[in-house]
Amino acid sequence: MKSLSVSNFLGIKYLQPEDLHLIFETAIHFKEVINRPIKKVPSLRDVTIANLFFESSTRTKLSFELAEKRLSADVISLSTSQSSVNKGETLVDTVNNILAMKVDMIIIRHPNPGSAHFLSKHVDSCIINAGDGTHEHPSQALLDAFSLQEKFGDLKGKRIAIVGDILHSRVALSNIYALKMLGADVKLCAPKSLLPKHIESLDVSISSDLVKTLNWCDAANMLRVQNERMDLNYFPSIREYTQKFGLTGKLLKQLRKKIVVLHPGPINRGVEISSEVADSDQAIILDQVENGVAVRMAIIYLLASKIIIPKT
Amino acid sequence: MELKVLLDEKKISVILNRLCCQLLERHGDFSNTVLIGLQPRGIFLLDQLVNLLVNYGIKSLKTGKLDTTFFRDDFRRSELPLNANSTEMDIRIEDKDIVFVDDVLFTGRSIRSALTAIDAYGRPKSIELLVLIDRRFSRHLPIQPDYLGAQIDALQGDKVKVVWSKDISKNIVYLEKKNE
Repeated sequence: MKSLSVSNFLGIKYLQPEDLHLIFETAIHFKEVINRPIKKVPSLRDVTIANLFFESSTRTKLSFELAEKRLSADVISLSTSQSSVNKGETLVDTVNNILAMKVDMIIIRHPNPGSAHFLSKHVDSCIINAGDGTHEHPSQALLDAFSLQEKFGDLKGKRIAIVGDILHSRVALSNIYALKMLGADVKLCAPKSLLPKHIESLDVSISSDLVKTLNWCDAANMLRVQNERMDLNYFPSIREYTQKFGLTGKLLKQLRKKIVVLHPGPINRGVEISSEVADSDQAIILDQVENGVAVRMAIIYLLASKIIIPKT
Repeated sequence: MELKVLLDEKKISVILNRLCCQLLERHGDFSNTVLIGLQPRGIFLLDQLVNLLVNYGIKSLKTGKLDTTFFRDDFRRSELPLNANSTEMDIRIEDKDIVFVDDVLFTGRSIRSALTAIDAYGRPKSIELLVLIDRRFSRHLPIQPDYLGAQIDALQGDKVKVVWSKDISKNIVYLEKKNE
């Protein structure tokens, strides 16, 4: 019997390779579950989960909610616009009030890096990080890696490129940790202004030549330009960015081999990726979304197994 | 640990053939029947039955493998997590006569999980249970087998171990006695 080495799911950097393999093994079974005529299992029927989204989200929020419901958990959801955070309540107070209603697990998205980690130190509950600012988005990294494993099998020695706004991307950092843990070679491709300082210390190579990078890789994860997090102009214009770092159908056809294209969503069609590429058979964007539910079910299931029901 | 042989290869062979005959008697040409092996151990017994049924002229048998981990009632009841096994249910079960196949029937809780799990695939016409070993007087639920290999009496803490081999002549069932 295998279990996770952690009690909270805060970031890939806190996990061991065995944790990733266990989550993937479990996710394979949950993928079968969500393709049954009746897509629900009763495992978490006495577990209550609160989704706290202090930042806008479509895919991740729906995916977590669906994962929880497929596991038969009771679900409550809160977003910033409805919460007393606007009235000055602290994060710890908000969460402790929710926990007083006998909630077992907290799923949190927050604009501040480290917020999930901070919460895990100050409240007595199981915490799952659904994205903390520009820091980590661990469940996205796992569903990306799971989708790549479905395509390639073992990721050892596979060449994966992460292209675009690395500086503001929590997906990039979590992806780097996860892919390196699984033995893949990672190359980052971005304008120099969109690369964080000292990123090469994570044992990744760096390029600003998209064509060379795409010819090198087996799969490319095309990240969105996160305009909402940009306080400066990091490149002269969207048009120029697209010309240098946008993936088009023409470019895809010119490559020496057929690569797999990922995108964590939401897509800015015509900016980092053209519609032709996004809708092509080389893109596994919708597979990523489907796998997202299965991977999140696995994460929640494995963490919930650590919340033991008292005998008395 | 003291090991006692409960069934040797000859007895198992006779039992398996008898179980096949009993299935044939009730299911005829198996046109409306689906045999479902319960993970993790029932699938080996299922494989042996399928191989034998070929000798009785049943060639196109519909089978599946069902894992019931996510339907078990002991999740979060101990420090040990419940790890799932694969499910292979590429068959339609709506209005079919289902036979669950498992090696040992003990408390009956696995069978209860299987009865819940099967609902996710449709509404079968009927469900029966076939087991190789029935551990008598140890049931927690009112569940009894329809097809039975052998009944045994074992103390709480004893383990029944069924060792399956690809070669039918090497199958064996042990009783592992709890240390006094």
